[in-house]
Amino acid sequence: MPLELSLEELRFGTDLLKRGFAKMQKGGVIMDVINADQATIAEEAGAVAVMSLERVPADIREAGGVARMADPRRVQEILDAVTIPVMAKTRIGHVLEAQALQSLGVDMVDESEVLTPADPYFHIDKRDFTIPFVCGARSLGEAARRIWEGAAMIRTKGEAGTGNVIEAVRHTHLLNRAISELKALDSEDLRQVAAHYAEGYARLLGDVRESQGHGTAVSKDDVVFGGSTVREIEEGVLEVVLDVRGRQRLPVVNFAAGGLATPADAALMMQMGCDGVFVGSGIFKSDNPAERGRAIVEATTHFDDPALVAKVSEDLGEAMKGLDITQLAPEERMQERGW
Amino acid sequence: MTAVQGDVSEHLGAVEEALRDLGLSGHAVAVRRPATLEEVDALIVPGGESTTISKLLHEFDLADGILRRASEGMPLMGTCAGCILLAKEGDAQVRATDTRLLGLMDMAVDRNAYGGQQESFEAALELDEIGTVEGVFIRAPAIRRVWGACRPLGRLDEAIVMARQNHLVALTFHPELSPSTGVHRYFLGLV
Repeated sequence: MPLELSLEELRFGTDLLKRGFAKMQKGGVIMDVINADQATIAEEAGAVAVMSLERVPADIREAGGVARMADPRRVQEILDAVTIPVMAKTRIGHVLEAQALQSLGVDMVDESEVLTPADPYFHIDKRDFTIPFVCGARSLGEAARRIWEGAAMIRTKGEAGTGNVIEAVRHTHLLNRAISELKALDSEDLRQVAAHYAEGYARLLGDVRESQGHGTAVSKDDVVFGGSTVREIEEGVLEVVLDVRGRQRLPVVNFAAGGLATPADAALMMQMGCDGVFVGSGIFKSDNPAERGRAIVEATTHFDDPALVAKVSEDLGEAMKGLDITQLAPEERMQERGW
Repeated sequence: MTAVQGDVSEHLGAVEEALRDLGLSGHAVAVRRPATLEEVDALIVPGGESTTISKLLHEFDLADGILRRASEGMPLMGTCAGCILLAKEGDAQVRATDTRLLGLMDMAVDRNAYGGQQESFEAALELDEIGTVEGVFIRAPAIRRVWGACRPLGRLDEAIVMARQNHLVALTFHPELSPSTGVHRYFLGLV
């Protein structure tokens, strides 16, 4: 039975707790699972957490149609099956799915482009939740917006369900280079960067005004998202940007995700500076999930030891077949979802 | 710092800061290989996932070295997941996951004693020999019971949040996430 605390001086759901939870995942592998059996295999393979979803991304691609939050009964079965943290995916902007997952007791919500987006204008205002969120990002701008909205963890979007690491590498390059570029910018430049990053929040109001024949102009004092004005959002995003500039890294944990399929893929992303990795279709769409899962865990820990990465990569059987990104039509690219 | 998984860099930062506060020379290093383990004066097993850390400590041949160095008197501190691994007894969750405990301290620990991340919390703590610190509890364990040479240094309601057994220290919270270096300074005092 969980301990009941009678003290009143307890604080729940603070940024420190949300970001702290994500920090405990560092150096680890988070594995996509669709049921309790897979979750158990993942835990035994050394996963630090599991991500619960209805289908792995490769199957979502294959099935087509609208991809939604997993069946709550499935999520509950996974929660009951393992002791490591359980994360679950919600559609971008789907506040209700996220609330439902929070009420089930999952440890973290992934607002994920792998599912079909539910809101064309906004991502979830994550400050309203007790549990932490992880969000995908292709660039520093996306990462800064998500962090301002309350995300406690960022991951590359990559291109999920392809078994092809190129997009995760692209997004990590783009992020790393943008962070080092900040050093050369003065405070006025940084203010402009933040204002540019925050532009999208005014899109809904701009659309509405245009439809009413007033043009698309939005003023800095207009409230556009989560009770905040354009000015307040720009200030908030600037704070994030300044924090990133000072640390020369994101202020939250940053994982690689989207297309990783082998131990070498995981080690590559760690060498590029990621704090850990998500592996989706790569494990349970391969010949030998338990062995491959264990090998990816070892390669993630020992990313700086090529001999060990080579050794754990031996005799793993077939990796998932994979897709060439250039063969995907623009509307098939999950990374284009969200902004 | 054992650096197989968990919030290693935060602990490394806290140790460096505590060394500066104390005016001590020395530095914090990440331990991933048995050889590095022989070079350190003290060791911290950080927070993370105890199931993962326990597996990796054994797979990377660190567990035996830790046990030997600890038996020779090397100060050792475990926080959160590290606290679980130092214990002699774990609860049903620890047993169900085949987590191999180092079993160094006379205490029984429950994993995820308060529940999941929704039940994670911050609280002010009053610790013997250290004073007031901000306790950051993340999916935290609880020390249910101590015996033998192990004694409690702090409690939150019925649960023990910190315990010491000679040169061994265990905490169920995360001192590396709060601004105060009190706990790290206390631990360095054992070296």
